[in-house]
Amino acid sequence: MTATSKLITMREAVEQYVEDGSTLAIEGFTAFICFAAAHEIIRQRKRDLVLCRLTPDLIYDQMIAAGVAAKLVFSYLGNPGVGSLHCIRRAVEKGIPRPLEIEEYSHFGMVGRYTAGAADLPFFPLRSYLGSDMPAANDRIQFVDNPYGEGQIAVVPPLKPDITFVHAQRADIHGNTHLWGLLGTQKEVAFASKKVVVVVEEIVDEDMIRRDPNRTLIPGLIVDAVVHEPYGAHPSYVQGYYDRDNDFYLKWDEWSRDQETTEAWLEEWVYALPDRAAYLDKLGRETLERLAPGRFEADPINYGRYG
Amino acid sequence: MDDTQKITPSELMIITASRALQGNRTVFVGVGLPNIACNLARRSHSPEMELVYESGVFGAQPARLPLSIGDPTLVSGATSVVSMADLFMLYLQGGLIDVALLGGAQIDRFGNLNTTVIGDYQSPRTRLPGSGGACEIAINAKRIFMIMRLSKRAFVPKLDFLTSPGHLDGGDARQRLGMPGYGPDQVITDKALFTFDNPEREMMLVELAPGETVESVQAVVGWPIRVADELREMTPPTAEELAIIREQLDPQGLYR
Repeated sequence: MTATSKLITMREAVEQYVEDGSTLAIEGFTAFICFAAAHEIIRQRKRDLVLCRLTPDLIYDQMIAAGVAAKLVFSYLGNPGVGSLHCIRRAVEKGIPRPLEIEEYSHFGMVGRYTAGAADLPFFPLRSYLGSDMPAANDRIQFVDNPYGEGQIAVVPPLKPDITFVHAQRADIHGNTHLWGLLGTQKEVAFASKKVVVVVEEIVDEDMIRRDPNRTLIPGLIVDAVVHEPYGAHPSYVQGYYDRDNDFYLKWDEWSRDQETTEAWLEEWVYALPDRAAYLDKLGRETLERLAPGRFEADPINYGRYG
Repeated sequence: MDDTQKITPSELMIITASRALQGNRTVFVGVGLPNIACNLARRSHSPEMELVYESGVFGAQPARLPLSIGDPTLVSGATSVVSMADLFMLYLQGGLIDVALLGGAQIDRFGNLNTTVIGDYQSPRTRLPGSGGACEIAINAKRIFMIMRLSKRAFVPKLDFLTSPGHLDGGDARQRLGMPGYGPDQVITDKALFTFDNPEREMMLVELAPGETVESVQAVVGWPIRVADELREMTPPTAEELAIIREQLDPQGLYR
C-alpha cells in the first residue's frame, strides 16, 4: 500500500464522513445497493439523516426502521416486484419509530436533480409533471417559460448530497472505479456529492483500470475514500459477481410487517454483528454459492498502442 | 403442466396485452403484469421487439422472467445498457418509445392514473409507491396501454391524486399542454378491453371477456361507461401462448 492509498474500513468511512443531519445518498438502481454502508450507519446510530434515493428499497426501509432518518427524498416507494416497503409506510402513516418528512419526485426528476447537482446548474428542465398533482404536493417542482419558444417546461432543483457511498465492481487504491451493468445514477450522484466513498468487490492495480478507460465511471479525482467490501451489496447484486437475493426481498415483506419483528431482524443481523465479514459468515457459504452467476463474457477489445 | 386447466381472467388479460403490442418496435416495460405481457410478446409474435426498461436497458432479452425491472438477466445479452439519465433524456424524451405499459391503483374515465396515495396526500390512508418513471412515461411515450384488474376500487369517478396524466379532462387537453405523446390508447383488464377512440378521449368499452356483460362491467366501474357501437368478445388464448406463460414465464403461477 502506498502513502497515497485511500483505502479505509467501512467503520472508518462512516465515522469520518457521515455526521448526524447529513444529506446522504446511497444509490444503485436495484443493482449495486450498498447495504454494507447502511448497516454500519445503523450500527453507529447516526441520527436525523436526510436520505436521498430514487427507490428507497429495502436499504432505506431498514435505515428508517432503525430511526436514523428525519427526511426521505425519493421517487418510487416500493419493494420492487414484491409490494410495499412496510417500515417506510409505518413511518409515513403512523410516525413509527419516528415521523418522517418526505419530498417526492419522479425518477426523471431525481435523475435531473443529480445531473444539475453534478454539472452545477441552477435547475434541470424536463418534459414531465404537466397535468400531474405532483407539483402541488412538492413546491420545489416548478414550471418556467421557454425563453426560445412557446409554452412552459418543468424544472427541478440541483441535489448535492453531503456524502454518497457508491458500490461498484472494482477500483484501484486511488478510487478510479470500473462499473458495468445497470449504471443507474451512480456517475451523476458521485459527481454531485461533496464527499464520495467508493465501495468495491475487488481492489485492482491502477494498470488494470488504465487498460480499459471507457469502463472508468468515476475518477479517483472526486473520490475521498475506498472501501474493499466483498458482497457489500447483498441482498442487492453486483453484475457478474453475484445475483440479486430475490428470496431475501420476498422474506423481508414478512419480517418487516411490524416494528417488533423488524427490530428483531436488525438486532440479529446488524447490531449484534461487528462488521460485514461477520454478516457474510452468518449468511453462510451456501447462500453465496446459490447467488453465483454463470459466465457470460464480453470479447476483449483493442484500444491500440500509439507510440 | 395440465393444458386443459381453465384459462384464468389474469391470463386472458396478459395475453390480450401481449397481442395489442404486436407491430410495435420499442416497448417501455414496467414491473408486474406489463413485464410478463411484454416478455410473452417477444417470445411469441414479436421477436424483433425491443424491450426498454427504465433501469437503463434497451433491447433486453431476459433468459428468465425478471422479478424486478433491475434484474441482472436484463443486462446480459441486451442491445445496449445506458445510464438512467440517457434512458430518460435520449430514449424516452427523445421520442423513441412506441408504446409504454402502465398500471395503477386508481384510473379515471380519461385514463389518468394514481399511484401515489389513497386519501389525503399529507395524511394518507394508504401510501402507494408514487410515480417512479410513470409521470414522464405517460407524457412522452407515443402511446400508453394500461394493464390492470377491473374493480370498483380502481375504476373511480375521481382520483385521490393524479400521478400520471392520461387525457386529463378529455378532448385535446394534452395537445393544449404541449404533450408529445397521444396518451392512453387501450385499457386492458381481466374482464374487458377499453379504448379512447372518440373525440372526448373517454374510456370506451369495446370488448368483453367470456361470461361478462355490459351490466357486469358497469357494476365495477365508478362512472356510467361509454359502450362502442360494435361490442366484441376478447379472443381466447392459443395453446402456444398459454404454454409460454405457464411453462416459461410464470411456472409458479404468481400471475394466475
